[in-house]
Amino acid sequence: MPSRKTQIQPPTSLKTFKGRTLSWEWRDGVVEVLLDHAPANEIGTLMVAEFERFVAAIPTLAKDTAACILSSARPQVFSAGGDLREMYQTAMTTSPKKRVGEVRKFLNRIHAVANAIDTAPFVTIAAVHGVCFGGGFELALVCDIIVADKMARFAFPELRLGFIPGFGGIPRLKRDASNAFARDLLFTGRTVNAARLQACGIVSQLAGEGEALRIARSIAVQTSKYDAETRKAAKSFLKPVPYAELKREIDLFCKLFNRPTVIESLKKFVESRDAMPYLP
Amino acid sequence: MRTLEQTTAEVLQLASTHFKVPAGSLSPEDDFFKKLGIDSLQALEMLTRLENHFGIELPDYEVQGVSDFRTLASRIQSRL
Repeated sequence: MPSRKTQIQPPTSLKTFKGRTLSWEWRDGVVEVLLDHAPANEIGTLMVAEFERFVAAIPTLAKDTAACILSSARPQVFSAGGDLREMYQTAMTTSPKKRVGEVRKFLNRIHAVANAIDTAPFVTIAAVHGVCFGGGFELALVCDIIVADKMARFAFPELRLGFIPGFGGIPRLKRDASNAFARDLLFTGRTVNAARLQACGIVSQLAGEGEALRIARSIAVQTSKYDAETRKAAKSFLKPVPYAELKREIDLFCKLFNRPTVIESLKKFVESRDAMPYLP
Repeated sequence: MRTLEQTTAEVLQLASTHFKVPAGSLSPEDDFFKKLGIDSLQALEMLTRLENHFGIELPDYEVQGVSDFRTLASRIQSRL
């Protein structure tokens, strides 16, 4: 690995990016991706488009990158999940016949982003604080290592809305945790704290309040000490991507989505006056 | 093992510390949403503090509709 003094840098144009929902910055072999989309880093078409730009930059960044940290600039939240308001808008302005097609297109895009980050040729670290629900939890699960602030809370509340996690959460949760625990999370839709997730192996390291990013940076420095080729080989051996299950998840999501009960739940969410309507 | 009274006292203490209100200003019958002016996000934070303090898991659906400290303490007590 080149010393820091002789470290080759990626082209300037890819080293930094400032978008409307996220930004990234490469420094000393580590790229930090920062989510910053008010109010709660909801994952909609704009964030997916900006993630696609990041994914397109990965092959170039990878040559000189040992680790990538994904974190949030929003206070009290990593990501509250899919942009349900946008989803409802799309459903309302699309005929029921075309609705499923639009949803499938969106899911295919998200899955392509998730799969690219899942298999990125550097170590990926999610530094989670606050609320990490639904699609936000799915985003964290894509990463190799999750560091969680001890006050972070995680949930898959999708069944409350009448559908299932659609961004790859079920296959990835099963990859890292027991099927029994996955059933509890999904069927109850309950939130769990970071300590509990560490106990079942999903969260690797707990951080004191406000310390998740610092600890993620420390991990990034540590992982950068080792041979890149060896690390890449170990990662692909250790972390298979459940492609067949991910595809089945998309199919099932689309089948469930077009029902009146789902549209009703989305409407209720959109009309809620609660500051945090993420647990309907 | 803690009695319900002890658990209730600890809940009140934790709430007063977390939300920076004078110790002794909260009582078991108080509606914590109204008394403390908290929203659902702050309630989630409080839930985490309670879980960490008591070493339990307290599913949110078990405290749905609960708004007073005494009932909250009894939900915690059943997990000890």
